[in-house]
Amino acid sequence: MATDSRTTGGLAVATSGARAATEAALKSKSNRDRTLNTVFVALMMFAILFALVGLVALIVFMFAEGGGRLTWGLLTNPPSTIHPDQAGFRTALLGTLYVIGGVVLLIVPLGVGAAVYLEEFANSERWWNRLIELNIQNLAGVPSIVYGILGLAFIVRGPLSLGFVAAAGSLTLALLVLPTVILAAREAIRAVPSSIADGSLALGATQWQTIWKQILPAALPGILTGIILAVARAIGEAAPLLLVGAVTFVTFNPRFFSDGYSTLPVMIYQYSNRPQEEFRILAAAGVLVMLALVLLMNSLAVWLRDRFERSW
Amino acid sequence: MVAPTTGDALQQRSPRYGEKAIRGFLLLCAVLSVLTTAAIVFSLIIPTIAFFREVSIVEFFTGTLWAPLFANASFGVWPIVVGSLMVMVISLGVAVPVGLLSAIYLSEYARPGVRRAIKPVLEVLAGIPTVAIGLFAFWFIRPLAETLLPFLPWQGPFSVGVAALGVGLLIIPIITSIADDAMRAVPADIRQGAYALGATKLKVATRVVVPAAISGIVAAIVLGGSRAIGETMVVFIAAGAGNPFLSFDPTKGVQTMTAFIAGTATGDIGTGTIDYYTIFAVGSLLFVFTLALNALSMHFVRRFREVYE
Repeated sequence: MATDSRTTGGLAVATSGARAATEAALKSKSNRDRTLNTVFVALMMFAILFALVGLVALIVFMFAEGGGRLTWGLLTNPPSTIHPDQAGFRTALLGTLYVIGGVVLLIVPLGVGAAVYLEEFANSERWWNRLIELNIQNLAGVPSIVYGILGLAFIVRGPLSLGFVAAAGSLTLALLVLPTVILAAREAIRAVPSSIADGSLALGATQWQTIWKQILPAALPGILTGIILAVARAIGEAAPLLLVGAVTFVTFNPRFFSDGYSTLPVMIYQYSNRPQEEFRILAAAGVLVMLALVLLMNSLAVWLRDRFERSW
Repeated sequence: MVAPTTGDALQQRSPRYGEKAIRGFLLLCAVLSVLTTAAIVFSLIIPTIAFFREVSIVEFFTGTLWAPLFANASFGVWPIVVGSLMVMVISLGVAVPVGLLSAIYLSEYARPGVRRAIKPVLEVLAGIPTVAIGLFAFWFIRPLAETLLPFLPWQGPFSVGVAALGVGLLIIPIITSIADDAMRAVPADIRQGAYALGATKLKVATRVVVPAAISGIVAAIVLGGSRAIGETMVVFIAAGAGNPFLSFDPTKGVQTMTAFIAGTATGDIGTGTIDYYTIFAVGSLLFVFTLALNALSMHFVRRFREVYE
């Protein structure tokens, strides 16, 4: 009995000693780790907040500058350099509408067509198909101003010689956003399981019938998201348009194949360039209109993707 | 008379001209991208050759005074190359720590709900037009910077450091999103192995996940740098487009390659003049810079795909 209790007592001492030793060995370190962890989490929070604060500050600042100028007249009045308090973005908005209309007409068939070819027809063993893929990835990284140079040398002058018209702006912006449309559409098409195509082909449908009636409808949300994001980018793009004629100060409604044109971001830039305070307010109000337009489209794209994204 | 067997019926081939025509159209769409590249290269090279017929290559690459539109023209390209590189370095200095920490948070720490809330906001930030960011930097950040750091030698309304800060804001979402993708591609068993060996969450994130995703992270940084060099409107608005001198001072207005092209194109220039050709010479240089950076980034992306997919 006595030995037993001694053993139990010794065991308890040994256990608590071992526990104390282990805790002593681990505790200081785990305290240090805990502090480091907290510091790191704080740093990450700071980083996330940095980006968010930048976004919020931009919107709040533009509201403070141009919020008082937000009236219907801002959208419907023609531009003016003499009466800044009555000037608006009418011609620039119409110019954006024309240019972006052209962009949509071009990128939908061309972008989806190229994506379908690369995903459904192209044999990626062949060098020319690999060349096309590599080339599209590279084009996606070319700076937008270089597309402006292309537009100036190839579309406005040179082989196409359209002149400084809205159609030239459309074509330039379409070439600029085409790679992103192709990459997004390819991803959407690739996400459609091959069993759907196999089933369709087994029932006797031709390859094109399979693509048109099965694959494209299934990939539609992803493709649409890519197109909307590309269009939102094209709406806000100013740099390439500086080279293909959008800097003309137009006071009349633009036409597609003749006369000068301007677009919303370019007009904002031009107003902001004038020394008077009224034009600065006007430009800030224009930024608010453009932000509303672009953020609306981006939110639509994100919603569309989250709502219709299917995991097969 | 033998009735055709099922085999024959199935083997009968219709020429399907419609299908072939569609296939041809689709191929044409894909080939258009190659034509675009060819058109870019041609529209850059031919005027650039014309440019170097009148300006010596040695002067272009060694000169330190960029004043092509002045009466006494000088064509040393270094000032605008240094301007572009300053924008790249400073904007990466802001965007790399912020972008990577955000990516580690999103990939390793954030709960799914938080992640779902933050991701779209970053995407919205990525979609803000560059004109808006440029004006924000010019009107808001520049005066704020002078108030916060009054001891720096601020001069005039332009500052390349402020412009680079704006560009940094622009590339944060790019770096965050690519780095986040790379870290999420690291298999879970590598993390669990580290936890089983007693590593803390911090150690798993910084010593296991980040090294495992390093090629994707490097690709994100290089791509961000390429975007920064090619960014036009922010630097055109906030860094100005006039300074012809070589300068390393971030508080001053410094011209970049892109701002020079934009500034010259908005001015009044005639086709075939030397002013017109400088746009293309500088454009070629810019194209080469971004092409090299994109190739580097793609090289790193391929490496990280090889490991885990």
